[in-house]
Amino acid sequence: MTTIPTPSERLLIFEHSKRGRKGYRLPALDVPEASDALPAALMRSEIADEVEVSEVDVIRHFTRLSKLNVSIDAGLYPLGSCTMKHNPRLNEEIARTPGFALSHPLQPDHQVQGNLSLLWHIEQTLMEILGMPRVTLQPVAGAHGELTGILMVHKALAKSGNARKYILIPDSAHGTNPASAAFAGYEIKELKSNSRGTVDIDTLAAAVTEDVAALMITVPNTLGVFETDIKRFAGILHEKGAYLYCDGANLNSFVGIARPGDMGIDVIHSNLHKTFSTPHGGGGPGAGPVGVSQRLIPFLPTPTVERRDDGTFYLDHGHPESIGRVRAFNGNFNVLVRALTYMRSMGPDGLRRIAQIAVLNANYIRARLRGSYHLPYDAPSLHEVVFSDKLQTAKDVHTLDIAKRLMDYGFHPPTIYFPLIVAGALMIEPTESEPKEELDAFCDAMIAIARECEERPELVRSAPHTTPVRRLDEARAARQPVLRWRRG
Amino acid sequence: MTLPDPLTDQHRYISNASQDVREMLDVIGVDSIDRLFETIPDDVKLTELLDIPGPWSEIESRRWFRALAAKNKSAADHVSFLGGGAYLHYQPACIDQLLLRAEFLTSYTPYQPEVSQGTLQSIFEYQTHQCLLTGLDVANASLYDGSTALCEAVLLAERVVRKRKKVVIAKSVHPQYAETVRTYVQNLGYEIVEVGWTNDGRIDTTALLEACTSDVFAVAIQSPNFFGVIEDYYAVAAIADAAGAVKIAVIAEATSLGILTPPGAHGFDIVVGEGQAWGVPTQYGGPFVGFMVVKDALKRHMPGRLVGETVDVDGRRAYVLTLATREQHIRRGKATSNICTNEALIALAANMYLSLMGKEGLREVGQQCVQKTAYLRAQLNRISSVSLPFSGPVYNEFAVRTPFPAAEILADLEHEKILGGIPLGQFYDGFENDFLVAVTELHTREHLDQFVAVLTAAIARERR
Repeated sequence: MTTIPTPSERLLIFEHSKRGRKGYRLPALDVPEASDALPAALMRSEIADEVEVSEVDVIRHFTRLSKLNVSIDAGLYPLGSCTMKHNPRLNEEIARTPGFALSHPLQPDHQVQGNLSLLWHIEQTLMEILGMPRVTLQPVAGAHGELTGILMVHKALAKSGNARKYILIPDSAHGTNPASAAFAGYEIKELKSNSRGTVDIDTLAAAVTEDVAALMITVPNTLGVFETDIKRFAGILHEKGAYLYCDGANLNSFVGIARPGDMGIDVIHSNLHKTFSTPHGGGGPGAGPVGVSQRLIPFLPTPTVERRDDGTFYLDHGHPESIGRVRAFNGNFNVLVRALTYMRSMGPDGLRRIAQIAVLNANYIRARLRGSYHLPYDAPSLHEVVFSDKLQTAKDVHTLDIAKRLMDYGFHPPTIYFPLIVAGALMIEPTESEPKEELDAFCDAMIAIARECEERPELVRSAPHTTPVRRLDEARAARQPVLRWRRG
Repeated sequence: MTLPDPLTDQHRYISNASQDVREMLDVIGVDSIDRLFETIPDDVKLTELLDIPGPWSEIESRRWFRALAAKNKSAADHVSFLGGGAYLHYQPACIDQLLLRAEFLTSYTPYQPEVSQGTLQSIFEYQTHQCLLTGLDVANASLYDGSTALCEAVLLAERVVRKRKKVVIAKSVHPQYAETVRTYVQNLGYEIVEVGWTNDGRIDTTALLEACTSDVFAVAIQSPNFFGVIEDYYAVAAIADAAGAVKIAVIAEATSLGILTPPGAHGFDIVVGEGQAWGVPTQYGGPFVGFMVVKDALKRHMPGRLVGETVDVDGRRAYVLTLATREQHIRRGKATSNICTNEALIALAANMYLSLMGKEGLREVGQQCVQKTAYLRAQLNRISSVSLPFSGPVYNEFAVRTPFPAAEILADLEHEKILGGIPLGQFYDGFENDFLVAVTELHTREHLDQFVAVLTAAIARERR
């Protein structure tokens, strides 16, 4: 295949490079230069092929690159289970306060009382939101929180004599759940969902043997369906000495309405970049604090933030039964700053309204698209709704095509082909941010595409038509991987 | 507090108001929002509002958070010599401005390449920078930070070598990185063997040779190490090779790659590190950005996202997430890592920094760090009661020893608005009088001279 000449805005930064250009200036060296400061053998020669560009080149390059992305600021970005909500700019401003941004992770506690106070306050706030007696702020992503949580379960069980062998995970779960459980030292047993897409209490009861360490379950699940029996699940597990782990990725659907701690849940991570609006940044940074029940507190990772009677704060490294440190330093501090800013902006009534409007918005989409798309699971859903391409496959149009065609209408597609229990899944999560007009425009586009599937299927199959690039040869990318630029 | 009426309660981040809510409920066919929550059992539903502060206006939030920030002492109002894995370097003004562009800030993982080429191309460029700087072949899109990147490197090495369960980690690797590795592998049956240092602060190669038995799958060193001393890659590589172990190099001070011979030049298999030094604020330890670069043969064992080049149906060059069969969303319990969300925005900042500074700037930053560090060391060497405990070559950080407890000396410096260093006694026994000092291009000669003067005065005061 021949390559079409690339328009100038699509050059790589390396291809903009011209010998002698500079994008920076440092003050002149103001100490006497020592020629023998380092042995020559330790020094590299020039960094071959590194960039030489001006600041103008850099600003033009990245501004043009940015225009190739869609974003939540530009419109609905309904990736299911990702909770793409509005990212308030106040949070960005607060995080850039020099006293926070220029503080150093190894400063002694007395120098960073502001930071420690902030960490203490966000832990208190999350404890109240989650209904859990302690929360670690160390994990920096949801999956990192999962690993942390399952390591705690392992350590607690090991202390009582048997760490056990299996983690139970429903077939509707995020892929991170089994991966995290495996790295924590467990084997996975998959639980089959029932016709509602949830876990049957009998299926669970039969699966919970003396070898089972925990059930890892997403509430509500990836279909957006709440596990109504969750408290009974906890009872079954606890009776057998096992733990209930909740993947809190979907907390946005019931924040302020109900609390995991009141459901018998032992461990829950919360993705602050989802429910608490810290920007997704094209794939992070995030934060994944983990709330635990009373009996897991001794095993929390170090350090924890503690408050003395005199109102001062300190990092406590002295937990003899702790699983240990899960990352250097103190978690993604400046993500936590943003999240706490958001929690304060929302307040208790605002947090509750998040769940109410997020669920209203999702159910509105569900109501409007029903009939145009197949709804494989009819159970009432909360913050997201999963359709499939079953009605469209008759015309040989599939989920991928529908997703690509949505781009021509100006929308980011939903999450597709997930959860795995739905063939051709279209998983739509609008969040509370979206105004009715945006939801209507999205639904109108989806309905128009359904009509196109009937009348002009080829138009949908060949979409997108209006994006900066069209469909990619993904097989070629994987078969002959080109993972870096090289001078041609 | 009683529960508010969802029809009238209003909030600035949520558009839909009472009229919208009513219209939408009509379409759904229910008469209240509460009806939508019937699947949540009543006995777990809250009957009152959460007991948390707010809602606050921007005015109230600014007041409260700024007051908290003002309780910190930081490099905002002190001259800082703190390093230890988090370094304050020059931050070009345009980077933060560009990072705030909504298309970067408020997008997510580029699952849909047709509408995410900005993020994808940037990651491809970032990967290329990492390869050029480290001298290795394949870099991923980012990991959480340096410490977890080392964890992933150890896990990768074990997957490749198989049937060996021992990993050697230099004791001069960042102690919190080593601690994190112990946490990660605690249930995987690995044995971690530590190897100490000699008087020059470099790894004890005699002890390393002894530790490298036939059941060792990897050797991990850091350079410059936690004491700032530059390791002898050549010697370490030779010993690890003889044992058939994977060679892992850790870089905690990323700007050192601008001037020092990279690990790739000495045949290291995996380079992992912390990219924060590339112009990212120290922000109390996060978010930072972990990087991993490996030899080509290891690419299908990599953790995390990888972006590759391909073409679209019109033959236009384009970028896409690739080799995804390694990853958790496909391979689930058998994935090479559980990582999903990583540190994309910080990797983007690093890409911008590396591009702006470029070939010449990266060298000049390194050069200034080396020269200013050499100058400060020379000045300190003149003070009879100060010693520099390690004789090995350093980049921009080194240990300082006085006859007095480090905490007391540093408290005196703090009094003069200097954050003078990191006490080493919290990490190693027998180092109660030692602290780490880091110097970057941000320090002026005046800062360095002032440091020497204040330190001299502090020692004199302690003597009295």
